[in-house]
Amino acid sequence: MAVRLDKPWRPLDTEAVAALSGQLGVYQLSDDGAAVRAIVRVDARSLFGLRGELGRELAERGEGLFFRLEVNHQPRTRWLELMMAHRADHGRLPEWNPPEDGEGLGRLSPA
Amino acid sequence: MDLSLTDEQKLIVDQVRRFVREEVVPLEDGLDPDADSLPPEDHERLAGRVAEMGLYGLDIPPEFGGPDVDIVTRTLLAIEMSQHRAGLYAPCYNVFGGAGLAQMFEANEDQKQRFLHPMLRGEKKTFFGLTEPSGGSDPARAIQTRAVRDGDEWVINGAKMFISGADRADFGLVFARTDPGKGRAGVTCFIVETNTPGFHVRRIVHTLRAARYATELQFEDMRVPHANVLGEVNGGFAIANDRVSRQRIPYAATCIGVAIKAQELAVEYAKIRETFGDKLAHRQGIQWMVVENEIDIRQALWITLAAADKARRGEPFRTDSALAKIVATEASGRVVDRAMQIHGGYGVTKDLPFERWYREMRIRRIGEGPNEVQRHIVARDLFGSSLR
Repeated sequence: MAVRLDKPWRPLDTEAVAALSGQLGVYQLSDDGAAVRAIVRVDARSLFGLRGELGRELAERGEGLFFRLEVNHQPRTRWLELMMAHRADHGRLPEWNPPEDGEGLGRLSPA
Repeated sequence: MDLSLTDEQKLIVDQVRRFVREEVVPLEDGLDPDADSLPPEDHERLAGRVAEMGLYGLDIPPEFGGPDVDIVTRTLLAIEMSQHRAGLYAPCYNVFGGAGLAQMFEANEDQKQRFLHPMLRGEKKTFFGLTEPSGGSDPARAIQTRAVRDGDEWVINGAKMFISGADRADFGLVFARTDPGKGRAGVTCFIVETNTPGFHVRRIVHTLRAARYATELQFEDMRVPHANVLGEVNGGFAIANDRVSRQRIPYAATCIGVAIKAQELAVEYAKIRETFGDKLAHRQGIQWMVVENEIDIRQALWITLAAADKARRGEPFRTDSALAKIVATEASGRVVDRAMQIHGGYGVTKDLPFERWYREMRIRRIGEGPNEVQRHIVARDLFGSSLR
């Protein structure tokens, strides 16, 4: 399994959200289809899984964004890995993640 | 053989049991189902309570400031501390503190100043780097990481697999081959600081375990000072082996704690859940499952306490701890499975702790030496030199 999430970006719109499953996993958000602005985990506290959380993002942030996701039953450790890899690549966390997401985060130096 | 607890043991066990039920379990309602840590303010508050109880740093030897609790009592407490959702891999979310790397107590004075004391003060986090992609059960042959002496330094190249905590650690122990022709007598233990050039944490290794995830490490021309050799050059195997033997008793104990909690929940549920007009507790099929659970728990409990008692008396306990590891991990797995079955559909949801215990308990038959290796240890002791 690759450390980085490198699937193609998809527009975040009503149709895309409706087609999503309610599974656990992680997703990334972008405002230009290139730069990662947020990395989010969807765990068992989510009522409707990936569909519910990305639907909430759409409702709160509006259209014009892009997303990509990974269905993963261990969203927590996968989220930690993506956050660490992002920080290793860019020297900082994604802009839309709150600073507390970085508390206690480890260090990765992925190849 | 006296199987009863002393008055002091009863007091401490009861104190910790109440702490877990009244302080730890209620917090889990607000945590992620797979959480392995508490919010900092809760951690600080509970660690303070533990210090007030005089039980902080239970596994630290008294000469280094630990509370001087014997291993039988520590085993009893480990059974109590694991009786909550995260209990198998994060007992009480580590608010009881830990001894860190037990091998560091054997360090020389310089190493103690630089590494051991900061570790015990909680200023430095650690990892234990033994297992490699080529294997972990047979370190004498599986270790391919090489260390070559260059003046006052060693140059290390290689990889480690399934290493917990390396991404957050300040230093750790790395076992490397220093004499390729000597098998187990050609392995050396190095204290490696994680800011050393050439030290890489390449990825998280995702497993069934939700807490304390593992990582994969790579060393590229990593230079470690000779002063960081722990023990003797080519004496690393004994250091690794010692740790593995010691760990089996608490490893078994935490499994038993989870099994006890699973059984408690199963019994309570069977008393209230009705099917086809009667309580589950009145169904023979359920009664027998609960009885099988009790048999499993008690066998595991007494075998583990017997191993701990031998260790307390200073007698050889390698076979006993291997048996405890086998019985506790396998019995507890069966108990969690039956408790989950008794809970029906709810048993497999993340609303209840069983699914997490079920996943994490499966690892216990592999971790700290697979049960097949433990059986080999027992067989070797039973048959003597004919199996060597």
